[in-house]
Amino acid sequence: MSQMNMIQAINSAHDIMMEKDPSVVVLGQDVGYFGGVFRCTDQLQEKYGEHRVIDAPIAEGGIIGTAIGMGVNGLRPVVEIQFADYIYPGFDQIVSELSRLRYRSGGEFFSPVTIRTPCGGGIRGGQTHSQSPEGIFTHISGIITVMPSNPYDAKGLLISAIESDDPVVFFEPKRIYNGPFDGDPDKPGVSWSSHPMGEVPQDYYTVPLGKAAVVEEGDELTIICYGTIVHVAQAAARLTGIRAEIVDVRTLFPLDIDTLKKSVEKTGRCLVAHEATRFCGYGAELVATVQQECFWHLEAPIERVAGWDTPYPHAFEWKYFPGQKRLAAGIRKVMEAG
Amino acid sequence: MTQKPYLHIPHPAARPGEEPDFSYLELSDAGVVDRPPNDESARNIEYLAHELVRVLDDNHEATGPWDPTLDKEILLKALRYMVLTRAYDDRMQRVQRQGKISFYMQSLGEEAVSIGQGLALEPGDMLFPSYRNQGLFILRGTELVDLMCQCLSNTGDMCKGRQMPVMYQDPARNIFTLSGNLATQYPQAVGWAMGSAIKGEKHIAVSWVGDGSTAEADFHYALTFAAVYQAPVILNVVNNQWAISTFQGFAGGERRPFAARGLGLGMPGIRVDGNDLLAIYAVTRWATERARNGHGPTLIEHVTYRGGAHSTSDDPVRYRPQDEWAAFPLGDPIDRLLQHLVKLGHWSDEKHTALEEETKIVVDDAWKEAISFGTMTEPPFLNAQLMFEDVYKEIPDHLKKQRDEMLKLSGEKS
Repeated sequence: MSQMNMIQAINSAHDIMMEKDPSVVVLGQDVGYFGGVFRCTDQLQEKYGEHRVIDAPIAEGGIIGTAIGMGVNGLRPVVEIQFADYIYPGFDQIVSELSRLRYRSGGEFFSPVTIRTPCGGGIRGGQTHSQSPEGIFTHISGIITVMPSNPYDAKGLLISAIESDDPVVFFEPKRIYNGPFDGDPDKPGVSWSSHPMGEVPQDYYTVPLGKAAVVEEGDELTIICYGTIVHVAQAAARLTGIRAEIVDVRTLFPLDIDTLKKSVEKTGRCLVAHEATRFCGYGAELVATVQQECFWHLEAPIERVAGWDTPYPHAFEWKYFPGQKRLAAGIRKVMEAG
Repeated sequence: MTQKPYLHIPHPAARPGEEPDFSYLELSDAGVVDRPPNDESARNIEYLAHELVRVLDDNHEATGPWDPTLDKEILLKALRYMVLTRAYDDRMQRVQRQGKISFYMQSLGEEAVSIGQGLALEPGDMLFPSYRNQGLFILRGTELVDLMCQCLSNTGDMCKGRQMPVMYQDPARNIFTLSGNLATQYPQAVGWAMGSAIKGEKHIAVSWVGDGSTAEADFHYALTFAAVYQAPVILNVVNNQWAISTFQGFAGGERRPFAARGLGLGMPGIRVDGNDLLAIYAVTRWATERARNGHGPTLIEHVTYRGGAHSTSDDPVRYRPQDEWAAFPLGDPIDRLLQHLVKLGHWSDEKHTALEEETKIVVDDAWKEAISFGTMTEPPFLNAQLMFEDVYKEIPDHLKKQRDEMLKLSGEKS
């Protein structure tokens, strides 16, 4: 075991997989010599050479399109898109090609591409460095969508993603790269070293795709969330004094319905929270699923807390971000209803 | 994978700790490149994409057919605005370091591009700048205070707090709103120019990207549409050698200049000394006349050097020699124009020192005024309700509800 932040954990997942499997290659802007703008691929080019850690032109569509071709040719590409906000030039390659290659070829072709991309706000990045577009990707049939909330899961899930023969879009909430952020910007930053999930094995291990985690047990209310909001939810629950069970979805698709069901059947109340905008957001799917699976156990309407339905502003970051106060209000609302 | 891999991986000439080496840059002497008539067919002027148009020679004299023979007043104006742009950048870089603004991007070393081109364009020409074209705003008369307030996201912010620093706009001066996404505005500029041609107007559109952004598909869409419709547009590639950590070879600059990107489409390209204000002015004038007279678009590559970091979030010490800029063979654009003016007897070191002092005061005064509109940490603050405006023309009901929810939680009155 050693202490790792999320960047080191992601770096370690690359390292282990590149060591283990010579077909793993890394492709992206600034990922090679520089080691990535967030340093997730630091030292990898030095260790594995320029043919396996490849600096790419600034062309997200080109990066994802060529990764698909490499994958078809037997490689296992791990792509970095520098910010999720910049993934859209590659969207056509993901939606029309990567996700449907296996289907349209009757199972003859596939490309095991993993696309990693930092997402989310809280870094004063404004509308072009703060987005949480996961809901756009979970809507596409044929890809797996992941968003870890801590270093341990990040490493284990990334290894699973790289090993998966299905394509994976792997979102990394950049606000928690260096420490678990509980949604209070006025508190000094906390590092992962004081968090149990910052304890990360140096060796190979996996966290399975498609399995949610109960990060805190409780019996009064279930909070379903993922990414940065897992930490905000924990703080908000403490603020209200409610014994909340906090479920970290981890893999957005395929969704671990059983874990959600088990929890909501126990608590009878449910709050869904994410940083992404609300309308047609991933939370809508969560609410629909819980409603359908647990209707007769619910004691109150399911509540949703999400980013406002506007682009991510630069100036009002903490009024935009669904922080502790908003989540606490949501918790109270669910508790008071029914 | 038992064979030796043979992919070509581009390598910059020098990495940290190594001697800077610009021998890869193909340079022409000043004054040697022919200046064709501006209606010459693209096919006959392909040499312009491979040579380097230069006017200022090593003796600081203007020479050759591209010499725009600018009068003293214009030259002095160009110098003043380049100095002002650099002073503005310097100040904003420092206030970012002090934590007063969240982010900044300098145009250090590239000032001649914005000022030289800005001077060669007409006020009715529509500009679609990149994030290193602050000189265009300053030259067209956007107040420094307004630029600073944008960077501060304060109550004077032209973007109402919506954008990161440096994403300016100036609709009154025909400058489009900047996007942080790369090359997205290139096809939009072409569309604007097509609109101008559809309406039978003489205004042209001009846009800028860096060498790195030429790899984006939007760059190629723009060239195709511009060439197909012979749109009245000037498309610029500011080749400052570096796109964050990747040198211009990663955008495909190793074997042919960026100026040659349009040749396959029949679009003329001109490669110009991006630190030579006179040459930039001259090629831009040539391209504006070509466009305005209905002879179509021009792609201009400015060969220059990114004197600073990509942004305040970047650290170039990690990937390029620290003294690389000092070794750049095309020098410093301000110094080169200054030396030319000295040679002409219009300028002196004393006058320059006085100009720099005076400029510093102008920038200081602007900053004092800007922070009176608030900073990230000091009031007055922007009204957070603004967050919900302009998503649509009218605020939809669900956003009104979300706005009220926000106000209730933060205890503000609706």
